[in-house]
Amino acid sequence: MVDESTQQEAIRAAAEAVADRLEDEKEYLTDLDSAIGDADHGSNLARGFRAAADAVADDEESTPEELVKKIGVTLISKVGGASGPLYGGSIMSASQTLDEGVTAESSVAFAEAYLDKVKDRGDAQLGAKTMVDALTPAVHTFKKSIEVDELPPLTAFAKATAAAERGVEYTVPIRARKGRASYLGWRSVGHQDPGATSTWFIMQELLDVADDYLDGETDVDARSPTIPDETPDEVDDA
Amino acid sequence: MIGLVVVSHSAKAAEGICELAAEMGGDAPLEAAGGDGDSGIGTDAERIGNAIAAADEGEGAVVLVDLGSAVMNAELAIEMTDANAEIADAPILEGALNAAVEATNEKSTVDSVVEKAEEAQSYRKLS
Repeated sequence: MVDESTQQEAIRAAAEAVADRLEDEKEYLTDLDSAIGDADHGSNLARGFRAAADAVADDEESTPEELVKKIGVTLISKVGGASGPLYGGSIMSASQTLDEGVTAESSVAFAEAYLDKVKDRGDAQLGAKTMVDALTPAVHTFKKSIEVDELPPLTAFAKATAAAERGVEYTVPIRARKGRASYLGWRSVGHQDPGATSTWFIMQELLDVADDYLDGETDVDARSPTIPDETPDEVDDA
Repeated sequence: MIGLVVVSHSAKAAEGICELAAEMGGDAPLEAAGGDGDSGIGTDAERIGNAIAAADEGEGAVVLVDLGSAVMNAELAIEMTDANAEIADAPILEGALNAAVEATNEKSTVDSVVEKAEEAQSYRKLS
């Protein structure tokens, strides 16, 4: 386990990296949102994550759990629309899983808690053309990679990020059933979901920051080998 | 008396609905929480939380909402407040009028105001 001050440093670095990336992608996300939503996704998220990164930038006192909670609370107050409760509220609520710091196990718990909260708050199921479509494959792949395949956390997160990308692609050809896009009915088909896209961008930045602190493979695919190279007995021994 | 909070993406819509509701239930505390708090279209959890605090006289408040993020931000605001507040699953305008009438009844509770507001679900404009 990485020591607490390194965790705090990594969380602040991650907040900064995400804020920069969303600023860079602001117009692209807003373009996606203007096709099927209300054209505010890019500017809302960029503003919110910038404020969140600033809120934790000089905070040397808070524990990792408190830092993550602070990021969530700041997003709630600075991001308008549904993104405030969906991103900020879910981060705030899931931060409780980090009470003993950031480990492989608590990261899985965080990911599951975050997904549950997003689904609950947004009342969205898989296949509704929302961020749930990127998050679900990401969280399932992360959990399986850690708990079943026992991969290094960095490799597991890289697979999860690759899985999120597949989820983003899946949102393109399906009809929206939730959110503003659902009012467009069939006209939503053929457009990529902005929330799924920003979720994937955020994961890419988290992966990039994690790569500075952890060892493992990052050039990986979400797919597992068709035929496992080890027998189950050998896995048990590992 | 039970307080009412009207949450719309549009500040004008929220205020207008409060105006109409005030005609029906003049005494009930009515708070409009419309817009994103930055003079744009949207909803804001903090703004809704403040409106709940302003409308609550101690017996609780009922929140009427329009679309999508209004529901999510209202839920979040309720989770972060100590007040006894509930969202009514009702059309925002008709629900607000029903709620305002019920709120002026001295025996009303949060539950009874929610119930009255939700009766508006079945209203039809043309028979």
